[in-house]
Formats: sequence, C-alpha cells, structure tokens
Amino acid sequence: MTVTLERSVRQDPPADGPDPVDTPRTVGGRTRDDVFSLAGSAAGSLALTWLVFTIILGWTGRLGFVIVWFIVFAALYAAVTSWTNPRIAVVDRLASALVTAGAATVGIALASTVIFTVVNGIDALTHINFYTDDMAGVAPRDPLTQGGILHAIVGSFIMVGIATVVSLPLGVGTAIYITEVGSRGGKWVRTVVEAMIGLPDILAGLFVYVTLILALGTQRSGFAAGMALAIMMTPIIARSAEVQLRVVPGGLREAGLALGATRWRTVKGIVVPTAKAGLATALILGIARAVGETAPVLITSGASTFLNFNPLSEPMNSLPLFILFALRSGQPVYIERGFGAAVVLLGIVLALFVMARMLAKNRMSR
Amino acid sequence: MTVIDIESRMAEPVDDEPRAIDPGLSREDKIFHGSVRSIGFFVLIVFGSIGVFLGYQSIPTFSHYGFSFLTETQWNPELDQVGIAAVIVGTFQVALVAIVVSLPLALLTALYISEYAPQRLKSSLVSLVDLMAAIPSIVYGAWGFAFLQEHAKYVARWLSQYLGWIPFFSVDTDPNAALWAQTQFTASAFIAGLAVAMMTIPMACAVMRGVFAQAPVGEREAAVALGATRWGVIRSVVLPFGRGGIIGGSMLGLGRALGETIAVLLIISPAYDIKWSVVEVGTQTTSSLIAGLFGEATSFQLSALLTAGFVLFIITLVVNMIAAVFVGRSRSGSITEA
Amino acid sequence: MSAQTMEDRPVEIERPPAGAHLEAIGVSAWFASHKVLERVSLEMRPGIVTALIGPSGCGKSTFLRTLNRMHETIPAAKFGGEVRLNGEDIYDAGRRITETRRSIGMVFQKPNPFPAMSIGENVLAGPKLNGTRVARSDRDALVERSLTRAGLWNEVKDRLFKPGGALSGGQQQRLCIARSLAVDPDILLMDEPCSALDPGSTNVIERTIGELKDEVTIVIVTHNMQQAARVSQQAAFFLATDGTPGVIVESGDTEQIFGDPKDQRTSDYVNGKFG
Repeated sequence: MTVTLERSVRQDPPADGPDPVDTPRTVGGRTRDDVFSLAGSAAGSLALTWLVFTIILGWTGRLGFVIVWFIVFAALYAAVTSWTNPRIAVVDRLASALVTAGAATVGIALASTVIFTVVNGIDALTHINFYTDDMAGVAPRDPLTQGGILHAIVGSFIMVGIATVVSLPLGVGTAIYITEVGSRGGKWVRTVVEAMIGLPDILAGLFVYVTLILALGTQRSGFAAGMALAIMMTPIIARSAEVQLRVVPGGLREAGLALGATRWRTVKGIVVPTAKAGLATALILGIARAVGETAPVLITSGASTFLNFNPLSEPMNSLPLFILFALRSGQPVYIERGFGAAVVLLGIVLALFVMARMLAKNRMSR
Repeated sequence: MTVIDIESRMAEPVDDEPRAIDPGLSREDKIFHGSVRSIGFFVLIVFGSIGVFLGYQSIPTFSHYGFSFLTETQWNPELDQVGIAAVIVGTFQVALVAIVVSLPLALLTALYISEYAPQRLKSSLVSLVDLMAAIPSIVYGAWGFAFLQEHAKYVARWLSQYLGWIPFFSVDTDPNAALWAQTQFTASAFIAGLAVAMMTIPMACAVMRGVFAQAPVGEREAAVALGATRWGVIRSVVLPFGRGGIIGGSMLGLGRALGETIAVLLIISPAYDIKWSVVEVGTQTTSSLIAGLFGEATSFQLSALLTAGFVLFIITLVVNMIAAVFVGRSRSGSITEA
Repeated sequence: MSAQTMEDRPVEIERPPAGAHLEAIGVSAWFASHKVLERVSLEMRPGIVTALIGPSGCGKSTFLRTLNRMHETIPAAKFGGEVRLNGEDIYDAGRRITETRRSIGMVFQKPNPFPAMSIGENVLAGPKLNGTRVARSDRDALVERSLTRAGLWNEVKDRLFKPGGALSGGQQQRLCIARSLAVDPDILLMDEPCSALDPGSTNVIERTIGELKDEVTIVIVTHNMQQAARVSQQAAFFLATDGTPGVIVESGDTEQIFGDPKDQRTSDYVNGKFG
C-alpha cells in the first residue's frame, strides 16, 4: 500500500512587498491561580495566627509570632493548592514557599544587622569631630562633641597596609608556584595553604604574640598586628589567586611557548595579565576580610586612645578594637561612638566590595 | 612516487628507546622557578610551624597538669585548678547551635539563588552573600548582643516551656512565671550560636551555591523532559549532585564556628561548668577564653591559654580536613570560592 | 625516462622558495610507557605544503608537536629519534629551545588570541615574549605585514586597538596565524586549523595557506581529505590500529596518494571505507 507524501517548496515573500508579521508569543508566566492562592493563604494565615497566637494562647514575642505564621501559612497554602492541583504541584509550591522563606529570613537578618548598626551609630556620625579627633584626653562619659576615631581609622589603614605588603607577594608567589611550576612540592604547599585558611583568628594573633613579642622582645605594636593580619590574609589570597590562575586556559600558555617564550615570560606576559582582574578582586576581598579582624589585633596591639602613625612603637588602635572596647565600656555615650565606628567599618567593607564587583564586571565586558 | 622506505634512510637500525631531553630551561626560567619555589616553601614552613609552635608551648602545661588538663572543668589559676573540659564542651555547644540553625538556612538560600531567583538578580544575590561573609564578626556580635538577644530570649523561654524535658532546653528557673527571670535566658550558648550562625550561613551558602551551579545541564533537561516540576529537578538532580558540597560547606562553617572569638566574647557570660542546656545563661568557648583572659595572664597562665589554643588548632584542623575531603570527593570535584 | 624519486622531483617555480628544510628521522613518542608513534620519518621541503592525514587518534598531532618540541611540555611524555632543521637536530642539548620554537611556529586547533591584549598587541606578542627587540618605528610595519600575510589586514586595520577576543572564529584564527608569522619563522605547523571554523572562514584560510607556501614551509594536520587535496602538494597517511603505535603507511605526491594509492589501507581510507 503506497502513501503519497505532500511536496512543498518554500516560497520566499516578494522582495518588494511588506514583511510578513512574525512576533513572538509570551510563554509561561504566572497564572491567576498562582497569584490568588498565594495571596489568599498569606492573608488567611495571618488572621488565623493572630487569633490563635495572641488571643487564644496569649504567647508573646514577635519572633515566635512570625514562625507560627509561616507554619500556618504553609499548611493553608498546601490545602488550597491541593483542591485544584495534583500532588506534585502541591509539593512544588510548598518547596518554593519554604526556599523563598529561608532566603528571606537570611536577607532580613542581614538587613536588620546593617540597619540596627546604622541607627545606633547615626548620632555619633553626624559630628565632624568624630572623624578628625582621637580619644586622647576624652573621658568615656564626655559627650559626642568631643573625641573621635581618627586614631582608629589611621591605625586600621596602617596595619592593613603592612599586612597587604607582606601577604600580596607571598600569596601570589605561592599561587604561581602551585599552578605554574607544579611538582610534588606544590601539592604539599597547596594542602597546607588550604588548611591554614580555616585557622581561628585568635591563634594567628597568639602566634605573632609569642614569636615577635615574647621571643624577639618587640612591643605590642601596629607592626605586630600587621603581621598577625598577614597570617590571616596570605592563605586567602593564595587560594583565590590560585583559582584565578588555573582558570586561564592552557591553550594560551601553549601559544606563548610556541612563539618561543620562556616560561617566565609566558607567566608574566600572558597568564598574569589575563588573570589580572581576578587577582585584583582576590586582593580586595582579602583586604576587606583583614580590616574587620578583631581577635588577632586584640592580642598584638594595644587599644590606645591617641593618634599614632608609627607602627613600630607604641600601641596602635584600630577600628574593630575600638568598637570592642567601646561596646564593653558600659557607658551609653561611648557605646554610641562604638556603633558609629561600626558604621564606618561597614562603609569601608562595602566600598571595597563595590570596587571588587566593578572590577569583575569590567573583565566580563571585554 | 614511492612508499617511503624507513629502513633505507638510516645507516643502521637504531634502538627504539626514549632519549633524555634537556628541558632547555633558560637562565631566566631557572631564576623564576627558584624564586617562586622558595616563596612556596617559605609559606609552607611558616604556616607549618604554627601548629608545631603551639604544641611546643603547651609542653609546660601538660607536664604540670598532665591529663587532668583535659578533664578539669574549672579555670582557677590561683587555686592551680586549670582545665578545658567545660570550655571544650561550650565550644561545641555554640558551634552546634550555629550549625543546626545555619545548615537549613544556608541550604535554602543557596537553592533560592541557584534555582528560583530571576536571572538578572543572581549575580547581585551572590555578591550579597559574599558581602554578608565579609561583615566583621564584631558587628554581628554587637547586633546579637544588643538586638537579637532581646527577641531570641522569648524563643529560648518557649523552648524551655514546651521542650524543657529535653536536657538541652531546660533552664533552672520557672519559665511559666508571670515575671520570669529574663536574665536566665540571655548570654547563653544559644544566643551566641545564633550570632555565629550569621557568619557560617554565608560561608556554607557560597560553597553550596557554587556546587549547585555546576549540576550538569544535561541531567536537568532530562528531568524536565520527563515532566518534573522545579522541585522535582532539585530533588533528583541538584541535591544528589551537590551532596558533597552541602556536607563540605557545612563542615567548613563548623570549623569557622568552632574558632569564632569576638561575637561569642561579646555575648556570653563566662561560666565554667559542663551543662547540657544551651539556652541557659553562662558558658565559655576556647577562643573566648583566650581572648578574655589573655590580658592579665601571667606567663604560666599564658602557657595554659596557649595549650587551649593548641587543642583548638587540632580540632579545627581535623574538621577542615574532613570538609575538604567531602568537597573534593563529590562529583563536582574542585569547587572553590569564599 | 628514469624513475623519479622524491629527492629528484623538480620544483617548478621561478625563484627558490624561502622557508627551511625539516626532516623527521625515526621519530617515536611515548606517553609514560604507552607508545603512540613508531619510528616515523618524513621530509618536509620548502615551497611545498605537507598534509598529515589519517583517522583520529593515530598520532598526527603528536607527531606535529614533536616537530617544535611542544611534545615534551606534557608531563611523562617521551621522545625518540631526530628532527633535523636544515640538517641540524633540534633536540641537541646545545640548542636553545626558545629559538627553535621561534623558528618553527605553530597554529592550534582552537584559536587562542591573548584576551588581555589588543589585536595589534597580539601580533607583536611574539617578539615581545621571546625578547626580540622591534624598533618602535618598525612596529606598525610589522603589524601590517603580518596581518596582510595572514589575509586579515583589510578587516581589522581600523580597529587594531580592540581586544583580541572580539573577532569571529575565522578572524581569530587568522590573527593567530599573523601572530605566528610576526616572529618570522621558517616553518609553520598547523594543527587542524580549520576544524572549529565555518566553511567561509575555512576558505579564506586555505587561500592564505596557498599564498604563504612559498615564504614558509607549511605542515598541516587535517581530518578533512578534501582540504588536504585542495591545499597540499605532499601528503602522509598516518594509521594506528588498536593498541599499536601510529606509523606513516604511505606518503608522497598528494594527487597520487588520492588518485593512485599503493597501499590497500590508504586506498580504503581515501575512498571513505573507514574514517
């Protein structure tokens, strides 16, 4: 039995005629069922929770209220969905609700941290002397019009600067050793570096304290704190730099060798420039981490009140250390200063982050 | 045209063995290799010596107290009663609370970013998580102490009211009293654990998200083609693939939680006994012990603190190594970040 | 008429071709203890494009990489035999390896322009990387000459400052050719240069190869028999049956390899009986 197949040949539309209309359709998207069952469940569960939680059971605590509300909401949402949808859709919606709630919780906690800090520090921040004075001669109870955190800001800069000068070459050099030279030694170095990333910060401070300060007899100083910070920073920079170098395609290295370059020139002229943006990002993130470290600084440099530019002698204060002492002082005014300093610290970390992100974006657009 | 006759081109047949080739490293390269090798070894030695060093410093303490250092709970240097038993227990309690809270939250957040978030928001959300990780621990400590505690103490009371029969949640006061003793529910391992969770969540979340992003597209498409919902794809492809990252990320967070100093220091009220309850006031962790007592320590007390530090070092090292094994052994192989 | 051998074949062009004489003698290669090439010998003369053909996995690329000492950059790679450039063995301990690689250039299967450099900088990367000084006044001329030889000049002459990665695949590959030419090599090795490209770009590159053959000795690995027939004058057929190392079964004038192969295996391959 034969089947006759239709034959067709494409007819191109006439060259001088109008173009045939061809617009894409919208596909997917939310249905009314999606929107209304979500909104209805949210409202209904809120009312139910208020009724049961506050009136009937008389429990207290906002945190608890929110938790109970979510549980009731989930139950109600599942019930509503099951009226018109099969089981896998119910599970899918519940999962969505749970995942979104989890992420929202984390987001709210983060926002709450930042907002709380800013709200409590805003008073101190509006005084110009906060940025230009140090705390020398200022009693803890003195009003906010006196004293400032200049010494802490300067101290943080100097310490992090010292740490960067030490950890950048060590970190990048180690990364180059691991990725470009390789060999068995490289594997050992890599293992140790990875292990050291998780080193508790207080132990870095202890190590520097016992070696530099006790054994070699130097004082607690900005330099010692810088060294402790370098111990924290180096493994982080080394690991991030290693990742960035490894991402550079092997074909580029081969092309360099095939042109007659030595390995050094290949690394210097091709690999590092290609990874430059990533390496800069790694450095900036390392600095952001170091500037917020309190524990190593606590042990290796004292919390002074006066402005000190010399890292080699005299205690040197820093932002995190200032905040710690301010918060523990028990004096409301001093605590406000502490929160103000915390906002400054957050601002510095945020600025570094924005810089790192802009660098990363720059690289993408090339 | 000829078929090339190999044998006739050579004077006599040669042995077919590989020849030794000089890699041809120029002088420039020899210097290059030598320099980075020395940097690598320098770093290896410095970091390797930290552990050795702490171990060496703990010899006087161990020789004086012997094994009782690990079993004694009180920390009274004047009475020559020094031990880290209570401190180690406290360290693990805080870390446990942090992990129990942060593991689900980090997992949910990672799933949200990887599977549910709109495409244009993804990179911003990833940056936000990294930013959360970069916020200094002192800020979280301050927030935990001055803000979170005020709200969480109600949760702590609820836990002891309804789950008080579990030793973890029992508190030595009447939670049902009209004027219940609020201070009994503050400054505890529970509150500190919550603050520490803020630091471990972004850490674990970054690792997990990185792993989820690598789940093979081919498998995802296969699941969708079979009619799976979004959750179906997650359950059958993403989560199994990401198992190593989930465990590894959590253990990385655990390592961080064990070593966290400042947030704990700001929140807890030091107490040196082994207690089951995490919601009751009073506890102590190793790093908080060192940071708090360091200022007034005599050299012998300093040795005791260093010994505590050495124990902490070993614990975090072991935890981090286990984490690395899980992350490395998963199908996703080398996931990095954070 | 006496029988003509490879050595006696007259070269029919007006002036002697530039480029060097490359000869592989008994080349063997291993990866750890696994042998992948068995005593391969081949003569590659100036003015002639030599195509290495054969099914995948027969060692053609490995052989190519022994010709400019790239084979040994792979860990656990081993080499045996000799490769003579104008009579001298390039594997001799006395020879500067970077100089060898400069004079024997290579273009890879996947175009790999340096992303951190502009188009002009990519072309000049060769001299910069191997330490050859180019006077500032000569730089523009070198860039123009190399890009012209590679057949890319007209398309990019207005945007030499744009990044090297912002070109189409075919243009990127021609940029890589220009980059290799800028160091003035005597030999150019090409490892399946068109396999990742569309037919239009392939066409341009084959034309470029034709224009270059009198200046540089070219050896090209290709999977595509029609391409070998189009561009080469000499062809060598590689074969490795399961487990045995690769060898050259037959080599000679391209027209005869395709039209009148002497070996049954060659005949089967060029007639598409296996691939």
